Amino acid sequence: MIELHNIHKRFGKQTVLNGVDFQVREGETVALLGPSGTGKSVLLKHIIGLIKPDVGEVIVDGKDICRLKRKDLSELRAQIGYVFQNGALFDSMNVFENVRLGVTDEDKYADLDYVRGRISECIRLVNLPPDTVDKFPAQLSGGMRKRVGIARAIAGSPKYLLYDEPTSGLDPVNADIIDGLVQRLDDELGVTSVMVTHDVRGAFRVADRLALLSEGKLVMQGTPQEFLESKNAKVREFLERDFDNPSFAA
Amino acid sequence: MAASTTIDIRQITGRWVLEGAGHVGRLSYFMLDMIRGLSEVRIWWPRMMIEAWNIGAGSLFIVLLISAFAGAVTALQTGYQFTGSIPYYVVGTLVVSSIILELGPVLTALILAGRIGARYAAELGTMRVTEQIDALESLGRSPASHLVIPRVLAGLIMIPALTVLANLSGVVSGWLSVKAVLPVTDADFIYGAQYYWRPWDAYYSVIKAFFFAGSITIIACYMGFNTQQGAEGVGKSTTTAVVTSSVLILVLDTVLTRLLLNQ
Repeated sequence: MIELHNIHKRFGKQTVLNGVDFQVREGETVALLGPSGTGKSVLLKHIIGLIKPDVGEVIVDGKDICRLKRKDLSELRAQIGYVFQNGALFDSMNVFENVRLGVTDEDKYADLDYVRGRISECIRLVNLPPDTVDKFPAQLSGGMRKRVGIARAIAGSPKYLLYDEPTSGLDPVNADIIDGLVQRLDDELGVTSVMVTHDVRGAFRVADRLALLSEGKLVMQGTPQEFLESKNAKVREFLERDFDNPSFAA
Repeated sequence: MAASTTIDIRQITGRWVLEGAGHVGRLSYFMLDMIRGLSEVRIWWPRMMIEAWNIGAGSLFIVLLISAFAGAVTALQTGYQFTGSIPYYVVGTLVVSSIILELGPVLTALILAGRIGARYAAELGTMRVTEQIDALESLGRSPASHLVIPRVLAGLIMIPALTVLANLSGVVSGWLSVKAVLPVTDADFIYGAQYYWRPWDAYYSVIKAFFFAGSITIIACYMGFNTQQGAEGVGKSTTTAVVTSSVLILVLDTVLTRLLLNQ
């Protein structure tokens, strides 16, 4: 379980998070919605300890991330797969080596037979052709890079998956492919997922529960149905554009 | 007006002090991370070998070329200034001493501050702004053992090695140049070179190169690691890394000369 209690975060004079309480239960897929620049990615980075809160607690599996020693934090991170917005693939390595880095168990990482098998499996899970492993990130399209990023995130068989804008910058067809992939991975791997997105359509398709972040605070958390029925002005305002979009209704 | 000027000066001084203290703190953590990461030999060893090859093979030509010209100019100027006033064998003394004690290590370090330092700062800076370093951390892996230690250790090995080759190139070039323009025989040059020669001079040259290597690689990696604000930040980190390590090389040169030669 992931719990964030009373998270405050400032960068210089700018308050990004202002007392956020957020929980994700085991096996759940939660989409964190909000307009650009409201601190969604910052909140996600708190979960894996890439950013520390000024005030508040981040508890994953009962462990307070901020109080963990380096080794314990590394061990906890090995259970969390993080999909970065732009893939964050290592330019100097081919896809094989990139995904291999996701094998977080050091003994398995050193076992080339295991690594080959695991990488093939991950590449298949994200619907990429097997020969992708020999390519370098610069030779891949945006959608393929995102999928390699997902393959790397799942290579260590994580318990949690955190997606940072997995469909941003993609055309609708590729965005649908990624959404379907997220849904399928959640079903097949049984992981607990948090997806940061401003794509309402994708969030409704994939998530069990939604949370809307606005001006550093969580405005609402609830099921997609509860969001649709909400009278909250900020929720209505955020959803309105997509309600009017015929593709959303479909 | 005077009051506002005073306040401005206080603000500027305060900001510098805070920034300086911030850098000291971050650099200390950065070094601590490196020391901790040293135990992960399996991670940094293969990467260090690749970096060492890149530094050595990539920098050899330019290092030899510049030290050869430095040796030639030193020899020719020595000949010009001292012809008729002192014995010719002194040219050998001056060329060997100048190259080994000063020009070899310092010129090599300044060239490599531009070549290696800029590259490391830009590489790591780009990795920082494209979240590649965050990705490593998110995978529970140490960026120090994957990225910093291989670069720093490769520099600590290869920069002194390149300095030794630069010294040889400078001395040989000076020797050939002086023979071409002055009536100096090989025997004169060798006699002069050996007359004031102390084995400590060679150690001193390598020790200096080792310290310069540390300042180039650590400053460049630190700057790259702490890059912010996209492409502009990468440019700023790269420039700051080269300028800072160049100044530090000159400061270290003075301090080490005082400590190691003027006891």
